[in-house]
Amino acid sequence: MHNLVGPLLVVVLLFNLFLLGTSRLQAVINASATQGVLLGILTLCVHEGFSTWMVLITIVTILVKGVLIPGMLLRAIRDAAIRREIEPFIGFLPCLLLGALGTGASLIFARTLPLAKEHVGSLLVPAAMATVWTGFLVLTTRRKAINQVVGYLVLENGIYIMGLTLLHAMPFMVEMGVLLDLFVGIFVMGIILNHIRREFSSLDTAHLSALKE
Amino acid sequence: MLLVLILIPLLLGGLAFAVRSNLKRPWLLPIGGAAHLIGTSVVLLGNAPATEGAWLGLDPLNKVVLGFLSLLFFLCSVYARGYLVSRPNQPNRVFTASLLAFLGMLTLAVEAQHLGLMWVAIESCTLSSAPLLYFNQNPRSLEATWKYLLIGSVGIALALLGSYFLAYSALHGGMSTSLFFRDLVHEAPHLSHPWLRAAFILLFVGYGTKMGLAPMHTWKPDAYGEAPGLVGALLAGGLTTVAFLAVLRFFQICSAAHDVAFARSMMVTIGLFSMAVAAVFMVRQRDYKRMLAYSSVEHMGILVLGIGIGGAGIFGSLLHLINNGLTKGVLFLAAANIHRCYGSKRVEDVSGAIRRLPITGALFLAGFFAITGSPPFGPFFSEFTILRAAVAAGRFWVAGLFLVMLFVVFVGMSATVFAVVQGEPSAKAKASSYKDSFFTVAPIIVFLSLVLLLGVYVPPPLSRALHTAAAFIEMNP
Repeated sequence: MHNLVGPLLVVVLLFNLFLLGTSRLQAVINASATQGVLLGILTLCVHEGFSTWMVLITIVTILVKGVLIPGMLLRAIRDAAIRREIEPFIGFLPCLLLGALGTGASLIFARTLPLAKEHVGSLLVPAAMATVWTGFLVLTTRRKAINQVVGYLVLENGIYIMGLTLLHAMPFMVEMGVLLDLFVGIFVMGIILNHIRREFSSLDTAHLSALKE
Repeated sequence: MLLVLILIPLLLGGLAFAVRSNLKRPWLLPIGGAAHLIGTSVVLLGNAPATEGAWLGLDPLNKVVLGFLSLLFFLCSVYARGYLVSRPNQPNRVFTASLLAFLGMLTLAVEAQHLGLMWVAIESCTLSSAPLLYFNQNPRSLEATWKYLLIGSVGIALALLGSYFLAYSALHGGMSTSLFFRDLVHEAPHLSHPWLRAAFILLFVGYGTKMGLAPMHTWKPDAYGEAPGLVGALLAGGLTTVAFLAVLRFFQICSAAHDVAFARSMMVTIGLFSMAVAAVFMVRQRDYKRMLAYSSVEHMGILVLGIGIGGAGIFGSLLHLINNGLTKGVLFLAAANIHRCYGSKRVEDVSGAIRRLPITGALFLAGFFAITGSPPFGPFFSEFTILRAAVAAGRFWVAGLFLVMLFVVFVGMSATVFAVVQGEPSAKAKASSYKDSFFTVAPIIVFLSLVLLLGVYVPPPLSRALHTAAAFIEMNP
């Protein structure tokens, strides 16, 4: 199982680039959902040996990151009848380039960090940084509220990968807290999204610009 | 007992859903606030065991914070009862429940002795306060809530990443990765320094976002501007305080690891930068509630600046935490009364507050003098302590910039405040049915008396507690 970690992380990184270059909201949401499922499988792969607790965490991760939240977002775009990100603050191609640069930089940077011996040569730390960076890019360059939520999810995915380096050492309490919080956070955001739609009959945060200096 | 302090507000919050009457329900707030205050006094003054398992516990630092927060919430809850009753047509079920849940989560965040638990608690504080911002249910408050949740969640996500880095630095140091603060502090000398530094940056930025330090402060003017005044007071005095407590805990770990110079310089820089940004936006500010938000950004800057300077600055900063929170109570609640009466928070529409609302207007003016550091109020004393610490440390540039910024803020804020207070009230305000009442004025008077008291005389038990807490942070008991 352990030798699957590298290939899986490469797929996660590819999805990062896909997320940055796509305008169709449905595809973006599905990509983040797939990332979530991959992270669930990764959890099992990183953990050596079998335990019921691990399987439980995996299932919860896949359910929350891969099914529940994407399902909510998909429903929101269906109800609001929006399909594409029209004009992001930074175009798709520059964004893609920035993402690729960031991925390269994190691979180099992770080599300079002192790593515990079980992580030397592993992709976990650079993949975490690259995914966090991708999340930031999506979050800050897109105009649609849905896309910003996806950006936040990708950011959380990156952090989750970093969490995997601590899987053996850290109490699972925290991991469960992460999932729960993610859920509640997005849940509340989901409610807010509904309100935004009702108030402005669209999910474009450009409408949310009455408050400024 | 520590657990009880968390459970009481949560239970009352649940009860809020069961109470049907929109006018009776707000009574739950002062009841919850009073019960919490009594419980806190018993814990702080009595000899009850100060831990609850390994997860919750009191140490010199969070004792001070717990006492302060409980008092702040109690006074705001008395005000809240008056405020909600004055708006009988606005549904307050979710608001009341969220406010009580917020208190429970604040208490949990203060008492938590575990890195992960504290993180979960602070995130829960954010979530439970989101419905408070959306109380008015209009597009503007929706926008404020959206920004608050999104920026706040990113901040808290970075804090989580920082927590992982900190845990990794322990893992790399070859220690058992226990994330209880006392273990982290105890084993700090063995932490891996590059990871520790990266962790501190992320944690400082993450929790700094919750504090509202510039440049991560952008949610603050919107949130404080659109939320009811009492929510502003609770966020400016409560949520930011808890985030500051988190920053202090990581500062303490850096102290224990003997790698603190870097953290200090970062705090001085961000502190001065926050003051500068606040000063720029406060000059010619036309919205008096947004002005208070920038004042909060400024004072968060002063707090981290004091810690960054070190020595007596840490004591000054802790004292300022209390002074600032109490003064913000005066200002936000008084501003809320003015807002209720005039129906606007723009300076163009509001004038003559001291004629139309003599008590509230006078309190607002006094609060302005207090927050800008005029003697004899508390903030003068704590800001002066920080200034003296900067001079004593030979950091004349820092001291000079600090003074300049305080002056600019004073001038900028005075223009807005005097425009609100002086002059002739508009016809609309004269016709307004709003009147100062016991519930909407008494809490402000108590806040102001406390600010005045702390300016002329810091009671010895409080002074001792603050000195112990400062020594605890600097790791020289």
